[in-house]
Amino acid sequence: MTQDPNARAEIEPTDIGANATETGERQLGSDVQDATAQHELSMGDLDFASVAELGHTAAELDPDAPAVLTVDNLKMYFPVKSSGVVRRTIGHVQAVDGISFEVPKGGSIGLVGESGCGKSTTGRLITRLYKPTGGSMMFEGNDLAKLSNKEMKPLRRDVQMIFQDPYTSLNPRHTVGTIVGAPLEVHKVVPKDKVLPRVQELLEVVGLNPEHYNRYPNEFSGGQRQRIGIARALTLNPKLLVADEPVSALDVSIQAQVINLLQDIQSEFDVAFLFIAHDLAIVRHFCPEIAVMYLGKIVEIGDRETIYGKPHHPYTQALLSAVPDVKQAAVGGRRERIRLEGDVPSPINPPSGCRFRTRCQFAQEICAKVEPPLLQIGKRHKVACHFAGELGAHPATPVTTDLLGVDDQGSPVPGAVPTNTQLTVPGYEKTWYDLTTKQTTGV
Amino acid sequence: MTSVPVTQSSAAAAAAETDGPFLQVEDLKVTFPTEDGPVTAVQGLSYSVEKGKTLGIVGESGSGKSVSSMAVMGLHDTKSAQISGSIRVGGTEVVGLSESRMRGLRGNAMAMIFQDALAALHPFYKIGAQLEEAYLVHHSSASKRDARRKAIEMLDRVGIPQPDRRVDDFPHQFSGGMRQRAMIAMGLINDPSLLIADEPTTALDVTVQAQILDLLQDLQREFNSAVIIITHDLGVIAEMADDVLVMYAGRCVEFGTTKQILTTPEMPYTWGLLSSVPDVSSSTDARLIPIPGNPPSLLRPPPGCSFHPRCVHADKVAGDLCSTQLPELLPASSGTAHLKRCHLPDPVAVYHDEVLPEIAPELLEETR
Repeated sequence: MTQDPNARAEIEPTDIGANATETGERQLGSDVQDATAQHELSMGDLDFASVAELGHTAAELDPDAPAVLTVDNLKMYFPVKSSGVVRRTIGHVQAVDGISFEVPKGGSIGLVGESGCGKSTTGRLITRLYKPTGGSMMFEGNDLAKLSNKEMKPLRRDVQMIFQDPYTSLNPRHTVGTIVGAPLEVHKVVPKDKVLPRVQELLEVVGLNPEHYNRYPNEFSGGQRQRIGIARALTLNPKLLVADEPVSALDVSIQAQVINLLQDIQSEFDVAFLFIAHDLAIVRHFCPEIAVMYLGKIVEIGDRETIYGKPHHPYTQALLSAVPDVKQAAVGGRRERIRLEGDVPSPINPPSGCRFRTRCQFAQEICAKVEPPLLQIGKRHKVACHFAGELGAHPATPVTTDLLGVDDQGSPVPGAVPTNTQLTVPGYEKTWYDLTTKQTTGV
Repeated sequence: MTSVPVTQSSAAAAAAETDGPFLQVEDLKVTFPTEDGPVTAVQGLSYSVEKGKTLGIVGESGSGKSVSSMAVMGLHDTKSAQISGSIRVGGTEVVGLSESRMRGLRGNAMAMIFQDALAALHPFYKIGAQLEEAYLVHHSSASKRDARRKAIEMLDRVGIPQPDRRVDDFPHQFSGGMRQRAMIAMGLINDPSLLIADEPTTALDVTVQAQILDLLQDLQREFNSAVIIITHDLGVIAEMADDVLVMYAGRCVEFGTTKQILTTPEMPYTWGLLSSVPDVSSSTDARLIPIPGNPPSLLRPPPGCSFHPRCVHADKVAGDLCSTQLPELLPASSGTAHLKRCHLPDPVAVYHDEVLPEIAPELLEETR
């Protein structure tokens, strides 16, 4: 119980009950909905100004925040077994193949990419639902990748997860009190008689009625169930929350409620988020820093303004141009967009060199021969592409040749020494490689 | 217009469609009996779609989007669902039509594609067999070989690589995007004049979604069909639809052209939808403002305007008008084609002065 009891007062305005009756809110459907909805509302007298104030603007980046989690060259290969009696391993699904990034303390980083790119696997590695094949995950001086399950147990309270589907992630035969209180009993944090008060406190934090601790998940709506899942993740005061598509199963109007709740929680309890989602607009709102994944690798990582404003990787550009934009209504017709042909290749046998080259319009010989390093090209911007450049301004010759010691076709130049030292550094360096001058520069 | 021989019923439809829109829905009401009493899922709904045009229907789950479209397709159980009002597809009244005549229309003059392609395709039959069946049902004189050729042609048309080989695959051998394409191929195999797409891209990645939306638009241009697209993604609406129908609790609450609805909306529910989704290009100062509460139960809908318990602008209406009187669907200020169901006296000023500064500050500067 390290929480400040005053903290929740801000989230939860008082005397809702009386107002709700006046505004006719009691007519909202069945009794359960009625009782819970008014609590979930928390909107006082429902005028626009006060409701708008509860909505958050996009999260801001704190560039000086220390890293709470440092992921370095993380790998996860799943074996593919042959059929038959003797099930030999005949290959590996390279779900995550050497990714590096940092999650700042109390901040959030977004992982985006198409389905099958390894973003959910990354989340499950960090929560150690899988044991990684290689690499390290430094969390407060411990390497989560190396710990045994037994050594991992005390650390699990610091790294918790919010799941995508609120219908399957809650046990239908347990009451909300049991679900939210289970982590307390597993970790024996508080005596048995203190579990219920803590559960009720948590339910209040996430905007549910604390008196509903003895109800079952089926008595709640989708948005309310997701709140239960969030309460469970918060039970042990985690320092890092892995949110795997936390809103994609919810209705549009409810999505905004949950996103605002997560932002409240983040500012209140200083929790760091690894936010995994395929909805680029939600990620842009929630995360000041974003990593774009393609086929098990990070292809571009940087702050929000860079990734959404001037992305340098052809895949990021294609991904962003594919998002339908509400503002298009004023213009009419479809937006100009970059067409990606075909499907994502199989991660069992990924393309050589750059994994995106099979669908990339700029791909040349070098892309098949040499894998592009994740090169820092700005203060908070890294990209893995031989032809990195802003949309419409991709260079004609590879920008990475000097660093890698190869010629324009990707063949090694005799005598040349690869100078690149930044291949697997998780954070950002003070100096970076400038694409226009092809020199290392700094601030 | 099309490359294949026009069948009888679509020929009849073609004759009738020359005057007026292809699909006309008037005062539609759908009621389901339940143990707790009758639930009216759709009420007083009227709209029309012309050939070559796209209507977008938006709203939360339970707002009656899918129920109304299923009524058009005649997919409700006529023994239990009570449907009143009028639905005319190419001049044919569909409400009360016999099941056998309905079958002649369904899949032929009109077709539907669903959200979950894996659930909509039969797992035991090959893709080709399912396409051929859809063709043979409405072309009794066609041979099996014709049907197979047509199936391959359609798979090719929707962009499945190597269609002559993939036609013998089972649905599970297709990727998510390919399944959606196969279902679109099945829907379009009889050149329907009306295509209803119920959340056609919700389960797909953005890149695949863009491919499917492109495909739908190309096919619409080619076949000149009327399209209804049901979605909760306002971005999809902005890029695809000509007109937009916003539904709440079974009623139309706002109707207009896409530009009217998305740039000058006049109903607080539409404002709520716009403010609760972030945008990839909006200012980072824009707030994400949810619609408070949950959608109402249709078993006991709120009196007056069904949105009033969640409406944050109800305090601007004099007296208790919102909670006692259902607002009529009346023309809005931006044009005669723009209809809204709201008591707010001056919605344009409220939207511009209060809502827009919070949800899209950058748009405000442009208009000044």
